[in-house]
Amino acid sequence: MNKELLYNISAMPYRQPIPVYGWRFGGPQRTLAVMGAIRGDEYQQMYIAARLIHRLEKLEASGALSEDAGILVIPCAAQFSLNVSRRFWPLDNTDINRMFPGYEDGETTQRLAHKIFHALQGYHWGIHLTSLYLPGDFVPHIRVMKTGWQKEEEGLDFGLPYLIIRSPRPYDTVTLNYNWQVWETHAFSLYTKENSDIDPVSAEMAVDSILRFLASHGLLQAELPPGQTTVPCDESHMATFYSTQAGLLFPQKYPGDKVVPGDVVARILDPCTTEVREEIKSSVSGEVFFLRSARLLPEHTIVCRIIPGT
Amino acid sequence: MLQEVVSAHLPVGEKLAIQKNRIAGAHPEARRIAVVTGTHGDELEGQYVAWKLARLLEKKRDRLHGTVDIYPALNPLGISTIYRGLPGFDLDMNRIFPGSSTETMYEHIAQGIVRDIAGADLCIDIHASNIFLREIPQIRINEKNAQELLPLAHFLNMDFVWVHGAATVLESTLAYSLNDMGTPTLVVEMGVGMRITESYGNQLIYGIFAVMNHLGMLDEPFIPVAPPIVSTDGHVAFVNAAESGIFLPRVSHAERVEKGQTIGIVSNPFTGEISEKLLSPISGMVFTLREYPLVNEGSLIARVLGGAAS
Repeated sequence: MNKELLYNISAMPYRQPIPVYGWRFGGPQRTLAVMGAIRGDEYQQMYIAARLIHRLEKLEASGALSEDAGILVIPCAAQFSLNVSRRFWPLDNTDINRMFPGYEDGETTQRLAHKIFHALQGYHWGIHLTSLYLPGDFVPHIRVMKTGWQKEEEGLDFGLPYLIIRSPRPYDTVTLNYNWQVWETHAFSLYTKENSDIDPVSAEMAVDSILRFLASHGLLQAELPPGQTTVPCDESHMATFYSTQAGLLFPQKYPGDKVVPGDVVARILDPCTTEVREEIKSSVSGEVFFLRSARLLPEHTIVCRIIPGT
Repeated sequence: MLQEVVSAHLPVGEKLAIQKNRIAGAHPEARRIAVVTGTHGDELEGQYVAWKLARLLEKKRDRLHGTVDIYPALNPLGISTIYRGLPGFDLDMNRIFPGSSTETMYEHIAQGIVRDIAGADLCIDIHASNIFLREIPQIRINEKNAQELLPLAHFLNMDFVWVHGAATVLESTLAYSLNDMGTPTLVVEMGVGMRITESYGNQLIYGIFAVMNHLGMLDEPFIPVAPPIVSTDGHVAFVNAAESGIFLPRVSHAERVEKGQTIGIVSNPFTGEISEKLLSPISGMVFTLREYPLVNEGSLIARVLGGAAS
């Protein structure tokens, strides 16, 4: 293991220098890069990367890494935001994960994206531990963007419950995942249950899945918990359920729960009387994949997504 | 007459409503223009334009042909909370158009706005930079639509027209969406966030009357306007800070500068030192100038238009 200073964020004189470190394992070849927190509320993503560093350190010391493995893990590049409890760049609220591939001579977050991308470029595989813009809980899964360069079949090698295929929208074209693919890295986004909190169980599941991925490609020899049979699913095939009333959201089912038609997934209550304004019922059989975690919910908003037939 | 464009219930006893002020003259169906503003909650220059335009149009109603729809606040929650983005939602409102009925409340709102404006003879989308930068009155046009929009832009009495390159991420803006649907839309940028520059507003209102005259919507003698400088006649140079600190300008906004002239300094209040002198890379006119003093590495300081303006 080698801890390496990748770059410094300089915001003197009001902030002290902020070093961004990467942890390297194996040889100098660029086999796999794992990116943790880019946003200031991605505690879980930082924690997963940190746990991966912990596990890889022991595995490397025991000689479990193959000679072909060259791994970089960056647990956090969001200290400037994390330390002041802001999700985005605090000055102008711009999102570094909407600035890739970055621009060396551009504005602040474009330069930061450039520095991150420079460190992460040229790897055969890339895994971004990331979060969604909507606060909510997921069944842990791998997400692959359909760019034309994607290697979605490799997403099955993580052994997570689902492999979600997403057709990119315009704002996706400036994310790390999309640009990794454009620059010929086989890129995956890994989502777990939590975001601005830590869920140790799903975090360990994510770490196991990354190690399993390495093992499946002959880069690691280790005893690992067996993975699940991954179900591929195009995002457009999910059943989505919305609020037609506003109020307090009380989930009745949770990610991973099985449902049949007619099951109440969530209730929306009048915030002043607790009268039930709406029962959101599943119209399909399947598994709850995503559930909003917001307690206050407006009208016309996604409450949950269900993967049919699972 | 105030009309509701689209609405949604908020969680606790309140409705989010997008409203427009419809001012109709003779033959209201003959022609329609839409004047929209307030997409970003910290941009207030358009509030003055909406107010003054409504007052002046009431006085001109007997000479008005067709309909003028004024949308003062596409993001009323942002304006009411002095928040640039969409309160409670991570995306910039100008990155969610043309909206959707299957995602979130704000995308539902965006869809309702686009549907209401679509089909207008012209849409004028007024922005006010942000709190960091001051802009001269200008129009921004995506090069994809330049041929169609430049002739209309010449009537709007703005000082400058910037024809910029196409970027995929900008496909989510209101202007792109409307232009893509065949509704000609001009983006106005002027002034600075959180402030109102009445002279800029009056200049634009004069231009709105000129373009209405051109479209046959005002039964008044033709109003001559000064032709704008067009970016394709010259080229735009950017000046970014290399150091963090407090920016102090050494030129005035809209001033002509020579190549190598000091635009400003980055000062260090902790030591009394000058961290950086920022020099103009070309001779030309400073059409964008840093307004907010705090800068980080990469912060945009100025844009200079060289060539035809020099």
